[in-house]
Amino acid sequence: MKEYQTITEVSGPLVFAEVDEPVGYDEIVEIETPEGRTLRGQVLESSEGLVSIQVFEGTGGIDRNASVRFLGETMKMPVTEDLLGRVLDGSGNPIDGGPDIVPDERIDIVGEAINPYSREYPEEFIQTGVSAIDGMNTLVRGQKLPIFSGSGLPHNELALQIARQATVPEEEEGDEGGSEFAVIFGAMGITQEEANEFMQDFERTGALERSVVFMNLADDPAVERTVTPRLALTTAEYLAFEKGYHVLVILTDITNYCEALREIGAAREEVPGRRGYPGYMYTDLAQLYERAGRIEGREGSVTQIPILTMPGDDDTHPIPDLTGYITEGQIVMDRDLNSQGIEPPINVLPSLSRLMDDGIGEGLTRADHGDVSDQMYAAYAEGEDLRDLVNIVGREALSERDNKFLDFADRFENEFAQQGYETNRTIEDTLEIGWDLLSMLPKEELNRIGEDLIEEHYREDEGEQVEATAD
Amino acid sequence: MSQAIETVDEDGVIERVSGPVVTATDLDARMNDVVYVGNEGLMGEVIEIEGNLTTIQVYEETSGVGPGEPVENTGEPLSVDLGPGMLNAIYDGVQRPLDVLEEKMGTAFLDRGVDAPGIDFEKVWEFEPTVDEGDSVGPGDVIGEVPETASITHKVMVPPNYEGGEVTSIEAGEFTVDEPVAELDSGEEVTMHQEWPVREARPANEKETPTIPLVSGQRILDGLFPIAKGGTAAIPGPFGSGKTVTQHQLAKWADADIVVYVGCGERGNEMTEVIEDFPELEDPKTGKPLMSRTCLIANTSNMPVAARESCIYTGITIAEYFRDMGYDVALMADSTSRWAEAMREISSRLEEMPGEEGYPAYLAASLSEFYERAGLFQNINGTQGSVSVIGAVSPPGGDFSEPVTQNTLRIVKTFWALDADLAERRHFPSINWTESYSLYRQQLDPWFRENVEEDWPEVRQWAVDVLDEEGELQEIVQLVGKDALPEDQQLTLEVARYLREAWLQQNAFHDVDTYCDPKKTYRMLRAIKTFNDEAFEALEAGVPVEEIADVDAVPRLNRMGTAEEWNEFIDELESDLEEQIRSLY
Repeated sequence: MKEYQTITEVSGPLVFAEVDEPVGYDEIVEIETPEGRTLRGQVLESSEGLVSIQVFEGTGGIDRNASVRFLGETMKMPVTEDLLGRVLDGSGNPIDGGPDIVPDERIDIVGEAINPYSREYPEEFIQTGVSAIDGMNTLVRGQKLPIFSGSGLPHNELALQIARQATVPEEEEGDEGGSEFAVIFGAMGITQEEANEFMQDFERTGALERSVVFMNLADDPAVERTVTPRLALTTAEYLAFEKGYHVLVILTDITNYCEALREIGAAREEVPGRRGYPGYMYTDLAQLYERAGRIEGREGSVTQIPILTMPGDDDTHPIPDLTGYITEGQIVMDRDLNSQGIEPPINVLPSLSRLMDDGIGEGLTRADHGDVSDQMYAAYAEGEDLRDLVNIVGREALSERDNKFLDFADRFENEFAQQGYETNRTIEDTLEIGWDLLSMLPKEELNRIGEDLIEEHYREDEGEQVEATAD
Repeated sequence: MSQAIETVDEDGVIERVSGPVVTATDLDARMNDVVYVGNEGLMGEVIEIEGNLTTIQVYEETSGVGPGEPVENTGEPLSVDLGPGMLNAIYDGVQRPLDVLEEKMGTAFLDRGVDAPGIDFEKVWEFEPTVDEGDSVGPGDVIGEVPETASITHKVMVPPNYEGGEVTSIEAGEFTVDEPVAELDSGEEVTMHQEWPVREARPANEKETPTIPLVSGQRILDGLFPIAKGGTAAIPGPFGSGKTVTQHQLAKWADADIVVYVGCGERGNEMTEVIEDFPELEDPKTGKPLMSRTCLIANTSNMPVAARESCIYTGITIAEYFRDMGYDVALMADSTSRWAEAMREISSRLEEMPGEEGYPAYLAASLSEFYERAGLFQNINGTQGSVSVIGAVSPPGGDFSEPVTQNTLRIVKTFWALDADLAERRHFPSINWTESYSLYRQQLDPWFRENVEEDWPEVRQWAVDVLDEEGELQEIVQLVGKDALPEDQQLTLEVARYLREAWLQQNAFHDVDTYCDPKKTYRMLRAIKTFNDEAFEALEAGVPVEEIADVDAVPRLNRMGTAEEWNEFIDELESDLEEQIRSLY
């Protein structure tokens, strides 16, 4: 290993150094400052005689005399089953005062794409206990389903609720706790307070012992954030595909990750894409999100729930936009619902789960699930539309039919979406509430539901009853 | 990818590595030559030559590759292997079969530096000549057939770049793809295997005006916005609006002979769905598994970006090859935006001067070059074949004014605009009927008149008018409420509602509704028109709208799509409608 004292330029998170032998792209670098601190970095560009290095811990303290060592390998994550229960920093070093990690293997963190031919299509229903998700936007094992949120919305509470409650109902009977998920928590640039919230919840519920926590906090170096999710996902893949765990990966906050990408891009003087984010952000995000799924012939699975806060609640912003094109749907948190006190404030209309159709139905959840969900979507959307109209013409000007849809929309929010963060509803409960609400509407309006299912589940008395109270 | 002949000219040396872009010195290469980069032999393509410097885009991950490592030139442009064995296959962006890669790499993850030919060189095929010794054949001519899959007979052709001549020997029998099956007096030997550079269109005699629709079994497409065999279409839409489902529906049910499905920057799980679903689905025309007419190209979003750039070309070249056999081929590309972004990424790594929104200035040219490879062609061997191209577009933020959508719209003749609003209320397929258009309607009308019903264009126009009127009325309703409208307009709204809910909506996941025969499409529309006509007559006779809408039979219009015995169902429904509405006055 050769040491150089040849730094020619330090600019933001980047260091340029002259070299006299070839250095590989993406290789890991150690820089020792004159004060004796060791900083780690990665080769961003390598040409003959000159390399540019991205330093994870920030370039403070580096001068021309700092020495640069090239380790001759790309970044690796030491993995072992013993990582469960541990808390690590954003670069993968333990910060919980526990023993050193003795790795079974050291795995490249970039991760290779899963051959689509070797994948197994995800279709095992995960019961999160949250009606707006289970009923309307079902999550399945191996899916990547982000939470689109905004600053000040309770996305953390929702993520924690999912982490606590997620099970695969069919496997629940029989083997004790076998369907529980191992949770990998990757924090990027969140505040100490938010971190505490997560840690306390993990400790309170005993979830920590089946969790691995990676913490890059708001005051930690921004560049490190580009590594943290890769470490987390590498660990997740190891536990899932080598050790047979069902892994739930929560990454928060992707927005901070993208800010870090932009910072590096700007420091490298790259041609920026939309809103200053690098043109390769789609590819970069895909390399994170696509590391979810199931593999044929392997036991475990990786399910991803990335959280991102949409700047200005704008889902056309590049971060949510590119994310939506890669992930298999999204769960959208809504500010209005939040101020109405709906917990969790999930707006189902812009939310979507692309893998839902194959994970539900007879034998998986219940035969009526798909139709009920469709019908509730249509009815709620219609009710929402009518609300605009009511603001102009008043409720009296609407027909009886329209009034029913308005009532439906209200009850949908207050009874179906509203449940609190501690309530764990089974899918049966969720669908029954669904039928309670749908039975407010006249049978003929239920045009998305098969006739036999209406026969089976429609509550004949519900309609009149509501009418009576409405008068 | 084609096993390029090992004619290594001269090795170069890597000078610089930046992501997928590698610069080499001292490499003797032509533009677009395929090269092997670094000690691991990663596949790449020459994209720029400047002085002694050659710039290469690498189709595989370049982590750990450094300056000083060798670069080998194959002296061949990026080509695909063409021959029997491409159907039922699933390739990555440079035509490496993914199943072979899994086997060779021994892992579920895509490793680097492994090459594999696009077709199986060991496999033996049953060859049956269609010409005799002494016959004279020219470039492109069919000399024999191979039963490739249950539904497709593969035609063995003289490669288009051959001279041709008299057949001196040809024999039936079992051959591998690189064994000669015929010899010509020009000294040329014909095998079942051809190679063709992907960036070059295969030659054809003449492009003709298409007059036959590519029937998709989707009501809104066949009914309102049909695409021709040999036509082009774009499906732009924001995420979650159903681009991929629409593409899948087309791949499943379009009445093409061959389907080439290019998943360009798609989700891994979605490609897996295709791989798992298609073999189980039946072609409604032949009853054979759909997979036996399908060739899949899967370059998921996390696979190397350079291979994403090339996968579109790989797909269209394969499509053209089947077109040369006289087949109607449909190519679905999902999504062309990812392809354009791959171009942008490479271009920015090359530090080229950017055009609009950072896309390279040649974006429009590349798009039109690609879409121009579609069409109904007179092939050089005298047969007629077509390539229809349906490209999904993923505009950022769902904004259709961005460069990829705009440049695509200037070329394609069918536009299926997906609408997030419709998707949110689960109106699927969420194709917006006011924004979408098809410029093929007129030239396809004679076919619909002849094969479906004489008054098809008129009934369709009626539907379009009602939907248009509804759009205008809705604006008023938003202001004053529905009850303030006169009765006849309220009735129009009611009819339009059934057009939307019973006819335009179609459930892709329902066993019956997923495919709708054009005749059924017509009859369903006709039934709604029956309701319309009867209802308006009743209205004129003084029956109030509410009573008309309350007629028992009316909501049954919504069940037409899922009715299996649709002819009987609609017969009964129509007569019930007539009877019940007439009984009101």
